Amino acid sequence: MMQEIILYLFIAFSIVSVLVILLNRNVFYAALALLICLISLSGIYGLLQAEFLAVTQLLIYAGGILVLMIFGIMLTNRIAGKSFESKSHNWIPGILISASLFVVFLISYQDSAIIVTPNDLNSGNHTSKIGVELMSTYAAPFEISGILLLVCLIGAALTASSFKKSSHE
Amino acid sequence: MNKTDLLFYLSAFLFCSGLLIAVTKKNAIVVLMGIELMLNAANLNLVIFNFQKRGMDGQLFALFIIIVAVCEAAVGIAIILKTYHYYHTSVPDQINELKEKN
Repeated sequence: MMQEIILYLFIAFSIVSVLVILLNRNVFYAALALLICLISLSGIYGLLQAEFLAVTQLLIYAGGILVLMIFGIMLTNRIAGKSFESKSHNWIPGILISASLFVVFLISYQDSAIIVTPNDLNSGNHTSKIGVELMSTYAAPFEISGILLLVCLIGAALTASSFKKSSHE
Repeated sequence: MNKTDLLFYLSAFLFCSGLLIAVTKKNAIVVLMGIELMLNAANLNLVIFNFQKRGMDGQLFALFIIIVAVCEAAVGIAIILKTYHYYHTSVPDQINELKEKN
């Protein structure tokens, strides 16, 4: 019972924070609302017995990506004058697209017959199971994601640096 | 209503509002936030399926999605910073020239 109350609280938090991102004009407030949404999603992961993903979500999204985005906001918006303003456009086609997609999702959820098999999540340590699976079944994607992270690190550093600035000016 | 049904509807709502944010907002960083929200909705779906099924495949797939999302955010913000450095704006509609003005 207590778990369900906490789950509904997390759901309400995420919906309200998404609406805050949609409706306000301040970019900085949008980043903070996204932080609240990601933290409540990590709580939902924890309640769905995915503890490792919950911690990963907290570390990477709330700790990494949000800080990166706030840095980006600070660097690309002028502090003086009309700061942090984000205008919006295309409301009618956007609402049409997303509402029709939402209807498609609802219909597909109600038509699909999801077979619930009794899972073995209740026994044992999930995190050690994830570790074993990463090293056995998913070893190749694990290595490839390491290469992807390295490439992305080098690419982002080269793109954002002002290394070739002197040759342009 | 079942608990997992409600979470499926939450994930559909998150995906659609992320799409709405990515379509309607003008600032490039807010567009990136909408894309992150859509990836998170997909992750929530995978975690619910993993809760219902046997095995760990859903959680591992969600983990790889998180890794790819990190790469996408880092490279995206680097590109936004670079274009801001050239064009002095972070609104994608105003960036309509490939070559620098001389």
